[in-house]
Amino acid sequence: MQIGLEHYLAVAAALFTIGVFGIFVNRKNIIIILMSIELVLLSVNVNLVAFSSFLGNIEGQIFAMFVLTVAAAEAAVGLAILVTYFRNRGDIAVEDLNLMKG
Amino acid sequence: MEAELLARLTADLAWIRPELLLAGFALLGTLVGAWMGDRASGLLSGLCAIALVVAAYFAWQVRPAEPHTVFNGALSIDGFSAYAKTVIALAAAATLLLGADHFARRNERRFEFPVLIALSAVGMFVMVSANDLITLYVGLELQSLAAYVLAAFRRDDARSSEAGLKYFVLGALASGLLLYGSSLIYGFAGSVRFDEIATAAGQGGVGLIFGLVFLVCGLAFKMSAAPFHMWTPDVYEGAPTPVTAFFAAAPKLAAVALLARVLYGPFAGLEAQWQQVIIALSGISLLVGAFIALAQTNIKRLMAYSSIHNMGFALMALAAGTEKGMSAALIYMTIYLPTTIGAFAGILAMRRDGKDVETIDDLAGLASRKPWLAMLLTVLFFSVAGIPPLAGFFGKLVTFQAAVDGGLWPLAVVAALATVISAAYYLNIIKVMWVNAPAPAFQSSGPTIAVTAGLATLLVFPVLVVGFGWIEQAALFAASSSFP
Repeated sequence: MQIGLEHYLAVAAALFTIGVFGIFVNRKNIIIILMSIELVLLSVNVNLVAFSSFLGNIEGQIFAMFVLTVAAAEAAVGLAILVTYFRNRGDIAVEDLNLMKG
Repeated sequence: MEAELLARLTADLAWIRPELLLAGFALLGTLVGAWMGDRASGLLSGLCAIALVVAAYFAWQVRPAEPHTVFNGALSIDGFSAYAKTVIALAAAATLLLGADHFARRNERRFEFPVLIALSAVGMFVMVSANDLITLYVGLELQSLAAYVLAAFRRDDARSSEAGLKYFVLGALASGLLLYGSSLIYGFAGSVRFDEIATAAGQGGVGLIFGLVFLVCGLAFKMSAAPFHMWTPDVYEGAPTPVTAFFAAAPKLAAVALLARVLYGPFAGLEAQWQQVIIALSGISLLVGAFIALAQTNIKRLMAYSSIHNMGFALMALAAGTEKGMSAALIYMTIYLPTTIGAFAGILAMRRDGKDVETIDDLAGLASRKPWLAMLLTVLFFSVAGIPPLAGFFGKLVTFQAAVDGGLWPLAVVAALATVISAAYYLNIIKVMWVNAPAPAFQSSGPTIAVTAGLATLLVFPVLVVGFGWIEQAALFAASSSFP
């Protein structure tokens, strides 16, 4: 079987869906939300690199590099905020994110 | 060859003076802050305000008559970006001064505040100049990452860090949606550059539309348009008030400008498709912002719903899909910014026994305790409710005109009804201030708050209708310069 563009796109779409569901369905732990966000960003990278190779155009790979860099910065900021939150509340369960009702 | 490259690079750098100035300030400011600690915060806040004002001047000064792209088409410098950058920098400077004063009063001086505001402003500058998908994403993230930290700025306060965490999680999800859309657009258009996407969009295609919908969802999240507004009330309530004032002003204009650039530039060929999406977003924002605000008792949450309602107006103007719609959205946002900053200056003045109070009932009888503040707030709330002859009325007028000219009658009717409902809660605040029995007096507030609220009120006052004409001219120039 030949592995073509559509297979890569399907994998990326599946990863993206798992990531988005991970953010909404998970009620336990905020670390899992951070992992889901990472999954969403990596699914985008699969898309970009697959398109780049399919189109023979380098821009997608450059874009993927930027996404990787920004994802690292985002994880750093997210974990830092999570640490301050843990210091204040002593817990990182998603159900306890309820000081304000929204 | 190398000499030519170097010459081109130097020429390009001259075009991005405003960004360079602010980025340079942020780096040096971090260094000074690391050296001197939080003692440097007063000095850095002053310098940052000056840097922002100078950046606003540079941004307006470098505007070319014809759109000009730099760095191989990554950034577009034109009248539109010049206009947006000028307004963004001035709004950021005003909220920075408010915040520096507030934190100094509470003995919470931290040197990171001006640095983060400067970084966020650089991100907004890149956003409004973006001319390809990579620049769009990097600018948006630079703005957002600084904003997440600002929301969690009061780090020993549980509500502030909860606000930061919620903002971060939902903001990261929005970035993910936007990126997934970008990757599809890149794949189906074959390029990340806006001009080549425009060519591809002219031929249509389901893949591009799919990507565009994801992209618009991500941007709607950032500008807090309903139904992507869930984070707004919580973040507005939990974040320190000056930070909320910052969120409510400059980033909103940047997000509207970015959406306008994306829809009217690369995706002009798909107008029939995106118009439906924008109409839906606009209608839902108008109604959600009007109805849910009626039930709020916390004034910061109320301002959050008010901003959602106002985003509905900006989207209504954009939905028209005409040059007039674009200039109307810019005019509306330009008038909304000073009004909201002035209102937040009033909220910052609400301090009692060294603590901030933030329910609407705390404003009771303000007119007898502080008649001047009550007067200024009354004018500002009348303006945002759209009562003539204040500036807010003209802002609403141009958006209605744009919508009706674009044939969006039903949406204009929804907007008119929503305005009437929203007037109820603005008038309720005014009633509480003037009629209700006085609550205990507030502490005296600093000169910054009085000056900001006063200046904002002056700006919305009809005496400055001349100024309104000037804003209108600048916005028309901005819209026409980015219009093909």
